Amino acid sequence: MPNRFQEVFQEGLQHRNFIIGGTITSAFFLIALMSYVWTPHSIEDINIAVKFAKPSGDFWLGTDHFGRDIFSMLVVGARNSVIVAFVAIGIGAGLGVPLGLVAAAQRGWTDELIMRVNDFTFAFPALISAIMITAILGPGAVNSIIAIGIFNIPVFARIARGSALGIWEREFILAAKSAGKGQVRISLEHILPNILSILIVQATIQFALGILAEAGLSYLGLGTQPPAPSWGKMLKEAQTLIHMAPQLAIYPGLAIAMTVLGLNLFGDGLRDILDPKLRRSR
Amino acid sequence: MMMKKLIKVFLVSAGIIFLSSSAMAAKTSLTMGVVLEPPHLDPTAGAAAAIDEIVYANVFEGLTQIDQNGAVQPALAESWTISDDKLTYTFNLHKGVKFHDGTDMDADDVVFSLNRAMAEGSVNAQKGLFKPIASVNKTGPHTVVVTLNQVTGGFLFSMGWGDAVIVAEESAEKNKSNPVGTGPFKFSKWAKGSHIELVRNDNYWGDAAKLTKATFKIIPDPAAAVSAMMAGDVDAFANFPAPESMEQFKSDPRFAVVIGNTEGETILSTNNTKAPFDNVKVRQAMAYALDRQAIIDGAMFGYGTPIGSHFAPHHPAYVDLTGRYEHNLAMARQLLREAGFPNGFKAVIKLPPPSYARRGGEIIASQLKKVGIELEIVPVEWAQWLKQVFKATDYDLTIVSHTEPMDIGIYARDKYYFNYKSPKFQALMKKLDQTVGTDERYAILAEAQKMLSDEAVNGFLFQLAKHGVWNKDVKGLWENSPVQANNLTKVYWTN
Repeated sequence: MPNRFQEVFQEGLQHRNFIIGGTITSAFFLIALMSYVWTPHSIEDINIAVKFAKPSGDFWLGTDHFGRDIFSMLVVGARNSVIVAFVAIGIGAGLGVPLGLVAAAQRGWTDELIMRVNDFTFAFPALISAIMITAILGPGAVNSIIAIGIFNIPVFARIARGSALGIWEREFILAAKSAGKGQVRISLEHILPNILSILIVQATIQFALGILAEAGLSYLGLGTQPPAPSWGKMLKEAQTLIHMAPQLAIYPGLAIAMTVLGLNLFGDGLRDILDPKLRRSR
Repeated sequence: MMMKKLIKVFLVSAGIIFLSSSAMAAKTSLTMGVVLEPPHLDPTAGAAAAIDEIVYANVFEGLTQIDQNGAVQPALAESWTISDDKLTYTFNLHKGVKFHDGTDMDADDVVFSLNRAMAEGSVNAQKGLFKPIASVNKTGPHTVVVTLNQVTGGFLFSMGWGDAVIVAEESAEKNKSNPVGTGPFKFSKWAKGSHIELVRNDNYWGDAAKLTKATFKIIPDPAAAVSAMMAGDVDAFANFPAPESMEQFKSDPRFAVVIGNTEGETILSTNNTKAPFDNVKVRQAMAYALDRQAIIDGAMFGYGTPIGSHFAPHHPAYVDLTGRYEHNLAMARQLLREAGFPNGFKAVIKLPPPSYARRGGEIIASQLKKVGIELEIVPVEWAQWLKQVFKATDYDLTIVSHTEPMDIGIYARDKYYFNYKSPKFQALMKKLDQTVGTDERYAILAEAQKMLSDEAVNGFLFQLAKHGVWNKDVKGLWENSPVQANNLTKVYWTN
């Protein structure tokens, strides 16, 4: 395995998208992590006297309508985005991948049942179903995680099943079968490692979508609740102030766009490098 | 050459079109933006201000009416006499008044309307207005005698409320969806979630309205309200939902920006029976911890007048109590210690949608945190707010603006969501009801304001300003709002 990592890393160094995406993504994660230890100002510090302050040594990006430091809010907002997207991906992959593996292993009516339920969930536009779920469960960060997680399940189930089906036809699986291994063991020992790279690529893309969805839900007031900052909520609050203080919308908007771009480039690069078919043709 | 000719032709024709259009009569329809959609359109069956904002004075009229200065004016009653003992009011009704459905408005309708509002099972939201009435009798086809069981100073004012409008027996039950009144506008259509249309009542008994059509467009989102004004989709907002946009409108020559006052005492409503808020020291500590000016600057962008009790600063009986609790964190901590909460406590604040509540709540949470009171912010929609906070009093704190005029009496109610329940205050309000002389009444009102402030019943924040924005060619809209109304009877376009 270490060989493989080295290989990926070396190939990655020659892949421009991978480098750019990886840099942005790691910066994003580092900033999110940093917020646990240090932010320039406390984000709960409402100080009306310094509202709409210009960028300065004290307030790097200026302050918002409550006199809060915009940079600190962006940093804590990044952490919030990471947590929501990460846990949501965990839910999606944690339930979706096993479902897909079972469907591929069992085939027949189990496959049909799982995949039709999946199709049903998938048929709803992701954000609409997330809005529906938060409307039922009530607004809040936890419920938005659940909502985003649920619409991630069919994505992972499909991709896991599709890739697993191809592997099941291979000779080494036949060998494993003749060695007396059961479906569960084959799925875990042979199928999963072989589809892992595809799942990882999918996860980075879903991660970007998760950040977008969280921002969308918070923008609509269904996600993260005040006083916790979220990029989507910052955008929402900036909306009526846009003529007075456009920077309030520009900064979180840029943060969202950059992060999603970074994650997508990273995912793209990762796919090029990991995809066995592409590798062989190179 | 050809090109030049074409341009000439074009310019001339454009000029003709321009001249003919400006020679046309001024516009006669108005589209007004409102933030909240009313639950229904019967002002005698609901507390929602959104109902009165559409139908008061436009569709429905009462015996009296409140004008834009808050004074009582004759409406359906053209005149009245008051007996020497101040217990008998004889109202002489206008003759020839017809309801929109063509039926006559006479003494029977007045007797019916008042009795209906007073009745045991009445759904009137302001039953208190009718409490002093002992009986209502018809003494002629256009004469009604109302006998009171106690001297009531503000009775004529009470009869001017939207809750006391005159309705017809035949149509009363259907007023929620098809309001039938006597006003200068008739209800025309209600596209739920979008707009409500009124058209001019050509058989109106008084001076006809100048507008032929009035449309109330429902726009709950402040950002959408800004766009609607900018695009000209809406001609006027009596009270614009985003105070931060005022500067933008002021700098735009198309608009007139009129900042007026409202009857809206914006308060941090406190559940007075729920621990720890049942302790007066806790409430006083909170009062010391609040910085009103910061709330006004932060949530309302400077628009609003600080208040120290539940009373409108523009009312002559107002007493300035804003200095009673000077912003003082040490004092707040001291009081919390005395109350047994040296480290503060946790509570929940439920915030309805308006920006004064949502923004104000965040600021208040940050201010109270400095003395150890940690508030969990729970945003709620109006329907939830009415159900959980207002009706079930299942709350610790909330922020709301009480826009009814002269409503200090709500603190004397047995069942009101503050759960104040003070016999002392109730006795004071009773005394007020029985007092007629202006000076004596003002003295009692001053005492009442002080009592509420001393006991810090609620966090008294500020008097809501009225952020009026409308097309500069629209005249006749109210600058202030002494009642929850958009009286369109005198509105016209100059252009």
